[in-house]
Amino acid sequence: MGFIFDKNTWQEIFGSIGKNKTRTIITVIGVLWGIFIYIALSGSAKGLDNGFEKAFETVAMNSMFVWAQSTSMPYEGFKTGRQLQLKMGDVTVLENRVPEIQSIAPRNAKGVFGDAPALVVNGQKSGNYAIYGDFPVFTKIATKKIYDGGRFINDDDIEQTRKVCVIGERTQNELFEKDEDPIGAYIRVDNIYFQIVGIHKFTPGGGFETDGDIYIPFTTYRKLYNTGDNVGWLTIAAYDDADVVQAEADVKAVLKSIHKVNPDDERAFGSFNLGEVFNRIMGFAKGMTFLSLVVGIATILAGVIGIGNILLISVKERTKELGVRRALGATPSEVKNQIILESVFLTVIAGIMGIILGAATLSLINSFTEGGDFPYANPTVPIPYVLGALAIMVVLGTLIGLIPAQRAVSIKPIDALREE
Amino acid sequence: MIEIKDLHKSYKMGSNSLHVLKGINFKAEAGELVAIMGSSGSGKSTLLNILGMLDEADSGEYTLDGVPIKNLNETKAAKYRNKFLGFIFQSFNLINYKSALENVALPLYYQRIPRKERLAKSMKYLEMVGLKEWSHHLPNELSGGQKQRVAIARAMVGEPKVLLADELTGALDSTTSYEVMDLIQKINDQGNTILVVTHENDIAHMCKRIIHLKDGVIEKDEKVKQVRASQYV
Repeated sequence: MGFIFDKNTWQEIFGSIGKNKTRTIITVIGVLWGIFIYIALSGSAKGLDNGFEKAFETVAMNSMFVWAQSTSMPYEGFKTGRQLQLKMGDVTVLENRVPEIQSIAPRNAKGVFGDAPALVVNGQKSGNYAIYGDFPVFTKIATKKIYDGGRFINDDDIEQTRKVCVIGERTQNELFEKDEDPIGAYIRVDNIYFQIVGIHKFTPGGGFETDGDIYIPFTTYRKLYNTGDNVGWLTIAAYDDADVVQAEADVKAVLKSIHKVNPDDERAFGSFNLGEVFNRIMGFAKGMTFLSLVVGIATILAGVIGIGNILLISVKERTKELGVRRALGATPSEVKNQIILESVFLTVIAGIMGIILGAATLSLINSFTEGGDFPYANPTVPIPYVLGALAIMVVLGTLIGLIPAQRAVSIKPIDALREE
Repeated sequence: MIEIKDLHKSYKMGSNSLHVLKGINFKAEAGELVAIMGSSGSGKSTLLNILGMLDEADSGEYTLDGVPIKNLNETKAAKYRNKFLGFIFQSFNLINYKSALENVALPLYYQRIPRKERLAKSMKYLEMVGLKEWSHHLPNELSGGQKQRVAIARAMVGEPKVLLADELTGALDSTTSYEVMDLIQKINDQGNTILVVTHENDIAHMCKRIIHLKDGVIEKDEKVKQVRASQYV
């Protein structure tokens, strides 16, 4: 293999590939295009993947919402169409009976599902906003970003039924002056004064929440709106390794048994499984990655075959030259090595240029989509993939180079020389 | 230097075979300048190809400088060609994308001689054929005579035991032919063994010995009085 590092070998190779520059360039473009497609596609797929992940980063990937509806089947003496209501007691039972549950946050809300939002007043300014009654554990399921100087609802707030609230950015803009610090200030929510303890930053990520939402302690909400033990809906996070679909079924089964609902009643409890949706989206992203891999490699293959094809023509054109070289003392293996090296060299050069071009394109796309709504972030191709692609190209370049190389030495020098 | 005994060669053309060489015997000593003459189809090119190890005889013995040449595979033949032989072709066969100097240096490349040394030596031989100033020109920038002189330099550069020239003046006009033959004679004067295949009488008479081939056998093998090409130049 020493000939690879021999300067003379390379001088010969540069000499022969340099003699037909147009053809060399077109050949190189074939493979360059292949690797470019591969890099651009798999990078984009990765970007999409990252984008989805980013969009979901504020919500636990394996979380779900469960709410009560009305029964559609009679059971144990209850008639059809009975309106169900989740209770605080359900939470403890669920925690005890469904091992997949990591955390469970009961929530109540006003002004979200069709009912009138609360009137919120600060001095001369007022507005209508949705009010949520929450437990601190909610932040474990859906991250809430709180601006510096503020906090979310804590356990003491719940225990002491404090009249504190976390307001949204929009609420702040609408109810306060620009230079006013709302933390510590009081606002009137449905005629009760609440002290503001925090401002949450709104992160779009689907769901029904907005940037104007006001969070208050669950216990305070209960008193304010007289909801007793009622719970609007449950937000549940399963453990990372748990099967979310199974957890969802388990939760519903337990709820049915608590509320004496026919186990086969599909409509009694509604649920939205973020985990399942997430899995589907990630599955899509994975599919994209796989597809881009297949398409990319197929394109590379096409490019490499193109190189083989061109070299085959080139060998045919150079029959006489190769004959002369052999008459002057080139051994068949020297001729072969030269042609294979030409093939590999062209492939690798094209590959490296394609990788650079692909990376440049990816960074260009990234700079265009940055900050937009499109789920696309940080498109990268892992280094092992890049090296893998290069390795594939060296191997393919060698294999494809073998064909013209074999052909070059299959002609006897005497026949090669005779050819006019 | 060269010794062949009872050389036979036939080519298969479909179902019938063509017997080209029908038992050739001859000997050439070191420093000889031999012309092989014959009409087309006489087998002179085949003989030269066998002598050049580009082709193999069906039977017979071939000894080159005491080395029996037989059972050659391609690799071995290539090494022998590189070491023992210098080729001069009718159509020059220079590599068109390499400069005159690089063309001359090619046999040395296959001898694995370092580039610097290779080019220095090649330059020396280009100077010998009088083309030092043309060393960086591509073959298509040279005249026919110049091309053939580059080819001669290329054949000489590896310091072979024997120079084999196949119709070396075939593509040249008579003045240029004589110039080239003058060069060949000068090289021969330095003691090099040269075999020239030609069908031109005047070229053959510039050699020291003429072997007439006819229908695959040696018809006549005669020493001639050498005509110096320099008198025509």
